[in-house]
Amino acid sequence: MPFFHDHILSIILFTPLAGMVVLLFIPGENKNAIRWWGNIVMFAGFLVSLPLVFWFGQEPAKEQLFKFTETHSWIASIGAEYHLGIDGISFLLVMLTTVLGFLAVLSSWTAVEERAKEYYSMFMLLDVGMLGVFMSLDFFLFYVFWEVMLVPMYFIIGVWGGPRKLYAAIKFFLYTLAGSVLMLLGILTLYFRYAKDTGHTTFNLLDLMSHSHAWPFAMQVWVFAAFAIGFAIKVPMFPFHTWLPDAHVEAPTAGSVILAGVLLKMGTYGFIRFSLPLLPQASADPTVVKVMVWLSIIAIIYGALVSMMQRDMKKLIAYSSVSHLGFCTLGIFALNPHGLSGSVIQQINHGISTGALFLIVGLIYERRHTREIKEFGGLSNVMPRYATLFMIVMLSSIGLPLLNGFIGEFTILQGAFEVQWQWAAWAVAGIVLGAAYMLWLYQRTMFGPCENPKNQALKDLNLREMMTLIPLIVWAFWIGIYPKPFFNVLEAPVKQIVETVNPSFGTHASAKVRLNPQPAAEPASAAPGRRVAQTASRRAGVAH
Amino acid sequence: MLDLVWLIPALPLAGFLLLALFGPRLSRRAVALVGAGVVLASAVVSWLVAYSFLTSPPPGASYTQNLWTWMDVAGFQPRMALYLDPLSLVMMLVVTSVGFLIHWYSTEFMAGDEGYSRFFAYMNIFVASMLVLILGDNLLLLYLGWEGVGLSSYLLIGFWYTDPANGRAARKAFYVTRVGDTAMSVGLFLLFTQFGTLQIQDLMRKAHDQWGMVPPGGIATAAGLLLLGGACGKSAQLPLQVWLPDAMAGPTPTSALIHAATMVTAGVYLIARTHVLFEISPTAELAVAVVGAATLIVAGFSAMTQWDIKKSLAFSTISQIGYMFLALGVGAWSAAIFHFVTHAFFKALLFLGAGIVIEACHHEHSMFKMGGLRKELPVAFWTFTIGGCSLAGLPLVTAGFYSKGLIIWSAYASKGGALGLWAAAVFGALLTSIYTFRMIFLTFFGEAKSEVVKRPGTAMKVPVMILAFFAVVAGFVETPGFLGGVRVFSDFMSQALPDAVPRGSLAMSEWGSEAVVTLVFFAGLVIAYYFFLKKPALQEFVTAPAAGRALHRFWFSDWGMDWLYDKVFVQPILWFARINKSDFIDAFYGAVAAVTRALWVILRSTQTGRVRWYAAVVVAGTVLFVALALYL
Repeated sequence: MPFFHDHILSIILFTPLAGMVVLLFIPGENKNAIRWWGNIVMFAGFLVSLPLVFWFGQEPAKEQLFKFTETHSWIASIGAEYHLGIDGISFLLVMLTTVLGFLAVLSSWTAVEERAKEYYSMFMLLDVGMLGVFMSLDFFLFYVFWEVMLVPMYFIIGVWGGPRKLYAAIKFFLYTLAGSVLMLLGILTLYFRYAKDTGHTTFNLLDLMSHSHAWPFAMQVWVFAAFAIGFAIKVPMFPFHTWLPDAHVEAPTAGSVILAGVLLKMGTYGFIRFSLPLLPQASADPTVVKVMVWLSIIAIIYGALVSMMQRDMKKLIAYSSVSHLGFCTLGIFALNPHGLSGSVIQQINHGISTGALFLIVGLIYERRHTREIKEFGGLSNVMPRYATLFMIVMLSSIGLPLLNGFIGEFTILQGAFEVQWQWAAWAVAGIVLGAAYMLWLYQRTMFGPCENPKNQALKDLNLREMMTLIPLIVWAFWIGIYPKPFFNVLEAPVKQIVETVNPSFGTHASAKVRLNPQPAAEPASAAPGRRVAQTASRRAGVAH
Repeated sequence: MLDLVWLIPALPLAGFLLLALFGPRLSRRAVALVGAGVVLASAVVSWLVAYSFLTSPPPGASYTQNLWTWMDVAGFQPRMALYLDPLSLVMMLVVTSVGFLIHWYSTEFMAGDEGYSRFFAYMNIFVASMLVLILGDNLLLLYLGWEGVGLSSYLLIGFWYTDPANGRAARKAFYVTRVGDTAMSVGLFLLFTQFGTLQIQDLMRKAHDQWGMVPPGGIATAAGLLLLGGACGKSAQLPLQVWLPDAMAGPTPTSALIHAATMVTAGVYLIARTHVLFEISPTAELAVAVVGAATLIVAGFSAMTQWDIKKSLAFSTISQIGYMFLALGVGAWSAAIFHFVTHAFFKALLFLGAGIVIEACHHEHSMFKMGGLRKELPVAFWTFTIGGCSLAGLPLVTAGFYSKGLIIWSAYASKGGALGLWAAAVFGALLTSIYTFRMIFLTFFGEAKSEVVKRPGTAMKVPVMILAFFAVVAGFVETPGFLGGVRVFSDFMSQALPDAVPRGSLAMSEWGSEAVVTLVFFAGLVIAYYFFLKKPALQEFVTAPAAGRALHRFWFSDWGMDWLYDKVFVQPILWFARINKSDFIDAFYGAVAAVTRALWVILRSTQTGRVRWYAAVVVAGTVLFVALALYL
């Protein structure tokens, strides 16, 4: 048991990889064995991550706030180490990954017949990459996992995708690669600068972070820009979002679930884990904040508007993701505890809700081989169980209280309001529009008379199909009814990030946040000297 | 006994879960027993709690039951806690009692419907959410109930989902109220940012301490107006009233419970609950009064022109809630709640009566195709007439007379009152009387135009009779000074809401005001009698000229507001969404790809494989470079 406890992260990380190695020895014709093995491995991946839920609270933090850390030397010559560890933020995302990883694979039981062996092995590899990204505390290791993730996703879209799969896969690949390259430049800049300053070469994230305030502002801004483009593509933020609809539309169901549920979180996670703590002055620069926030708000509204008129259900949900992720980035750049913890919760929520939505679309696609909204209508007459589950998931997605989405959105908007009321006022438009496109989608597919003869004999969900959705729905209610444990694990890491980025915040009890009675509404063309004063007064206003 | 209060919302919630999970497998009888039974149980517990509250009042006339802490993030710690004081007690009693009567009625009304268990499941979740809204101890919990009732309203309006028109009405209700809800949520952000809590009593205390002493700034007004925005959405007040007439697409018991008696008064409750904010900011308070006064007249005109009996009642509801807003806006807090109580009785009664009539006439909604039902449906006739008289305010005997009269008087005599508001309210009373008797005359008098195919059974008759009883006697708990001066209701409410403050030097006495109200009641009755019973040709006379016809159409279409919103909001949004279906941002990336491709085509053509050509290019390049090096 101690061994298991001390190496739990490595075990979680390499369970899918070990499963994949075994899978390679199963003959390709034996599809049933492959299916069973794929599901067993992914379920085992979830099971080994489950002890974290029970241990995480009591576990003392080993390095700063990181728990369950492991360090082994790896490439000593450049200072890269095998260094894992999780804090509250990565803990939640790791759990999201193991849960969604299993459910996504479970949903592929009948959907994938062709090249099943390669399919399941790609998913296992993808799982390793995603888990690695969330666990790495070494920048080099992180980058390796980041790139590892890209390849299986490329194949999942490109091989098992829809009619335009190659277009979508290449678009996805090029977009993300462009971002990764910029990110690599950023990482190397920090690496060499740190080596120059301290005479010590390391990719250790904690070391780099401890040095973050010594970096010159101009360099921070450049590195921030490089990181931001890489992460913004992944999120995706407006205007880097156009790969997402194509990738979703062409990807197989399970691919979409993972893509929306976990892969997009890499971007937001990147902002929280790397941009903010490593580049605190750049991240808190008023101009940078303004750009990031307004891009988020544009994404919220623009994504919702484009979503509204889509004919393809998957494309509609893809654009809704752009809108929902806009809330996450808005929360991050509010740079206060409400915004940040709301953002992480909303990332989990989006994984749950949108993951479930893609599963729902996948279920109907498997039956009808189309996702055109106009092909459907009145499905609640023939598939009542499906209609009920869809309804719950839809309500969770539009942020109805008692379900998860509300908790995240409300906390984010509260955080945004505390900084500038206009941000919240604009962002709430996305909530109205969100209800508009989702309810309309539900109306057109589920309600009304069931007139299309092809729909009249559709079978309702079977047990396996229900089982792919029910865990997510239970989770959605859990966060909606009792989100306290989730916020509790986030408290310490969020506090630390806020202290790094926004040091003047929280010098007083954070509950006493006051709105500045006279917001510092100075013209944008203020002289540089005045801009500093403006920043100071804005911060002071927040912290009063 | 007070610690049973958690059961009151929990019982209907349990009913919902039971019906949602096992409903399709239960017999209809069992569904009816569960569906109506849990609400009855909830009502019984409410009365027990009320009894205990009255006989041994808790300290401070309020009781809080803490269940659990909902979330806890950086000082934001809303609890799951219930708060009982006279205001929530009265609301709770009305919701559970009237709610039970309507559930009972529904067991028969919905008997032939396929979605029997689904109907009761939705109704139960509505009652549960409404009770959470009322009993919530903090604004976030209130907001939870607020959205919950919105959802059940959406589900019930679109209950008969095979007709897309019902779905449209349901979505419209959801969208329009959500616009209000977002305003309200911004209000919550503002309040939390200011005071660091959403716990209502704390909030009110802090608001009073921090804002009450100094002259109020814009922030207090902003908070009040944002909450008013939420209230306008939920309570269908100007300018967000457009959804309620369409909401009549739902089953009639739904209209009675949600869209007349309870949910639509949530806005009234919200403003009464946060009255301190409105007392601090006279601007916000005046806005409430103006919204109320304007709505009651606008909706009164529309109610007069509808042919659909349910839509007429819907506009009447909008108008009556306008009265409640007016009362809130002039600081007559308990008068607003008093009118809420009497309105819950008589309007639920009118809807249930309308339900009997509509079922009797082959699901016909048009009053012009009814008529003469007086003899065929005596119970419906008498109860509907009692309800109508209470709505129009038949002097001395009906509840509506007392509650509306009090509001009209307060609109003049309270601190926030004014002669203009009083006149608007009196004019509204005239409209009320006209459209009410128009309904009664068209439906029950004159010649019979439709045969009666279905007569109500016991389960439909008894609830309307009980409601008719209360539509009369509920008014006697609060009477004007010259009519006995009973003050039971306002005395009880004064433990939770401040008394109305009279303003000085009045030119009119309460007696005078009530006399005018009595006068307009009879004037309306006479006008309706001549226009709709004695001389129907008069209608032609008014609507024949172009101006009359245009005005009629204008009022009929809710003052053209649907059209306006369609043109100003819906069409532009859809237009943008339509032209940008393929996301023009992608065109940029497409262009990058196209340029790359074009370069590829050009450069590829240079690779011909002919050595002479390569040599020539090399020479030309060399010459060019040398030339550049020499001359630059």
